[in-house]
Order: sequence, then structure tokens, then C-alpha cells
Amino acid sequence: MDLDFAWRTFVRLVDALPLTLSIWFLSVALGGLVAAGVTWMRVSGVKPLEWIARGYVLIFRGTPLLIQLFIVYYGLASLPVVRASIFWPFLRESFNCAVLSLGLCTAAYQAEIFRGALLAVPARDVEAARACGMSGLLMFRRIVFPIAMRHALPPYSTELISMVKATALVSLITLWDVMSVAMKIRNDTLVTYLPLIIAGAIYFVVNYIIGAAFLAIERHVTPHLRARPG
Amino acid sequence: MPTETPALTAQNVCKRFGQLEVLRGISLTARDGDVISILGSSGSGKSTFLRCINLLETPDSGVVTVAGETIKMRQRRDGSAEPADRRQVDRIRSELGMVFQSFNLWSHLTVLENLIEAPVHVQKRPRKECLEEAKALLARVGMSERGNYYPAHLSGGQQQRAAIARALAMRPKVMLFDEPTSALDPELVGEVLRVMRSLAEEGRTMLVVTHEMNFARDVSSHVMFLHKGVVEAEGRPDELFSGETSERFRQFISKERD
Repeated sequence: MDLDFAWRTFVRLVDALPLTLSIWFLSVALGGLVAAGVTWMRVSGVKPLEWIARGYVLIFRGTPLLIQLFIVYYGLASLPVVRASIFWPFLRESFNCAVLSLGLCTAAYQAEIFRGALLAVPARDVEAARACGMSGLLMFRRIVFPIAMRHALPPYSTELISMVKATALVSLITLWDVMSVAMKIRNDTLVTYLPLIIAGAIYFVVNYIIGAAFLAIERHVTPHLRARPG
Repeated sequence: MPTETPALTAQNVCKRFGQLEVLRGISLTARDGDVISILGSSGSGKSTFLRCINLLETPDSGVVTVAGETIKMRQRRDGSAEPADRRQVDRIRSELGMVFQSFNLWSHLTVLENLIEAPVHVQKRPRKECLEEAKALLARVGMSERGNYYPAHLSGGQQQRAAIARALAMRPKVMLFDEPTSALDPELVGEVLRVMRSLAEEGRTMLVVTHEMNFARDVSSHVMFLHKGVVEAEGRPDELFSGETSERFRQFISKERD
């Protein structure tokens, strides 16, 4: 194996990592905000809002991310009404399209994670809170959210890791993330496997760090699930 | 002689779940220091009645008054009732302490954190003062060394005593107990009843839904027997348990004794 080539490849791929990570971070953050809104509509008790929320999850969870990405990037750009609108300066940038599309997709998955977490809050804890005179935002802040958050941590870390890998799709809309640089090196040098293996290793390390971080958070917030003190 | 305001009154409380009429007009008056035991077999509506008092269940009709303040109700479009003022309900709930059959402690908080949660965030009292009072209450229920434990690390009796301390931390005007010992091992029932007895002896106003006949007979000032949603018999414990009373009640006690 040509170590010099391996090292140069590694450096070039790491150079592309900031783009991958920024797309990841921004899309997950956008997705989180949208998911919070979708979940709120879903549990609101107002039927039309619930239907909108369910429809949103159905569409964005049920169709391939790649198709959603192409519709946002290529599809919207082909419509004259979009090109003439105020959104065009934003939508003509592939970076923005990537963040928007990935964000809307992860929002559907995150919304289901949030909904599951809310369902996992025991009715007893809520009743005890009501009986003390808590309601509305106070009860959500002090009781419902802390309990739900603890239930959401494992599936949420899974979704974040999924999203790191999903960013590889932006290579198909002219962005130079880790995946597209790896593919370019493959095409230019005709070395088939090494660039992919090194890229895979980089993704692996990123995901390992995310997983370890969430595990640490979980451990910190769940002393009540471990052995008693002393 | 001036009549003092009763600590709590319920007038003609009715509640149905779908077609099933669970409460068909229950009335109760609790004066300061009264310990009222509410007895009845399963389905008689006793827990539902208790939960109607702090509106964990919404009564279809009837009036609940706590320390002279009547809970305002209004009618929904479909005819059912709902509280007219959410803030009033929250405020009145914070003046009533409830102890549940399943303890209902918040499992992600330590015992001390459970105790100060509502005083700090609902009653907006200073944290330091709430913490000191919580420690004193824990000592009162015999749980001083367990302040930093989580509910999962406690036995049922310890959890229920912590739950009682949590209700006391709100400085309630009236305490509501919903079958507080029904979910406990027989050996642990005693420690909880002892705490409840000491609360009664210090003059607290308590409504207790229970199956513990001895407690009802020895500690309460008033006993109410519910059957199929109405008050079948009520009176002082010595009157009711002496035998010159409703046939159904005598049958009920003899079944409970076995």
C-alpha cells in the first residue's frame, strides 16, 4: 500500500470534514425546531393540526431522502415562479438546499422520537404534578420534559448518527463533502477501495464520538436507574 | 355561636363515565381537624369521589368548596361540566395535599427534590426555606437518612412516607388519601398508618379512602360508606361499627375482616 498516497487522501478527506459537519449540524438543528412544532401540533388535541402533523411525518418519512433532496435542489430550481421569488438567492445555493432538505427529512423522524418520548412519561407523574397545582408550561418544563428527554436520548443519538451518514448524499448535488472528495480521488486515481475505506473510517470516528457523547449524557442524567448510594 | 367555615364541603357530586353512573349525588362536610374515612367496595365510587374534590376527575354536577372558596364550574357545549377558571383550580390544588395509592413520586428526582419541587415552583417559596422544611418533614415521617435516595431505591412503605411528606411540604389545608396502603406489603402498611395516625392526632383535616377497617374505626372522627354511588351509611365510627346500622355496611365489614 502506498502510505504517502493514503496519507494525502486522508488529509484531503479531513479537509472536507468541516463541510460535512456543518451541513449535519445545521440540518439537525433545523430539523429539531421543525420537529418541535410538528410534535406540538400532533399532541395539541386540535384535529386539523394533528392531521397536518401526521401528513408531514408520512410524507417525509415515507419517501427517500435522495428524492427529497433532488426535488429541493433540481426540482424547485426548474420552476420559474421559484426563480422569481424572494427565496431564490437562498435556494440557488446547493449548501442551503442540502441543509433545508436534510432538515425537513430529519424533522419527521425527530418528531416521532419526541412523540414516543412524551408517550413514555408515566401518567402517575403527571397526576402527581397536577395534584400539586402544576399545569401547562410549568408542568412541561419541570416534569414532562425532563422525563421525556431521558427516554428520547437513545433514539435521538441514533437519528443524529443516521444524519451524519445521510450527508453523504449531498455529493450528488455538487457539494464537496467527504464522500464526494473520496469519489473524486477514486475517479482520478482509479484506486477503488482505499479512498472509500479511509472515508468510512472518518465517518466511523465522527459517529463514535457522537455515540460516546450521548452515552455520557445518559449516564449523567440517570443516576436514579443505578445502584443506591453508599 | 358563630359557625366557622368548614375546611371542605362537597355538595351533591355526580359523575358518570359514559353510560355508567359512578357517583349519584355524594355530599360531605369536613370541619377543621376532621378525619373522614371513606369506605366502600370496588366500584362504589370512593376514589372517583376523592378525585372529584381536587378535580383530577371533573364532576358532571355538584359543588366543591375548599376553605370557603367554591370551585367555579361551567357547562361545555356538549352539556358536560368543566372548571371555569384553570388558575383557581391550580391554586386550590396547591392547598390540598394528595397521597396516591401508587405513591406517584417523580422517579428522576431524589426524595428531597421531590419534596421541594412544588413548594419552590408552584408556591414560589425560597428554596432554602423549602429545603429546611423538607428535612424536618422527612424526620417527621422517619426518613431522615434517605433524603438523597431516589424512589427506585426505597421500599413501598418508605416511598409512601416520602409521598406523605411531599404532600405535607405544600402546607395543605386538607389532605386527601386515595387508598394509601392498598399497594403495600402487609408488613409495610403499619409504618404508613402510624404516620397517618400521628397526622390525625396533630389535628390535620384528612379525607381517607381506605380498606383499613381498624384505622377507620380507631382514628377517624367520621365514617362514610359508599355503595353504588350513594352514601349508604355515615356517622361516627362507634355508631357505625357498633352493629345498629345498615345491613349492607355490616356485610361489607364482615367481608373485609376475612
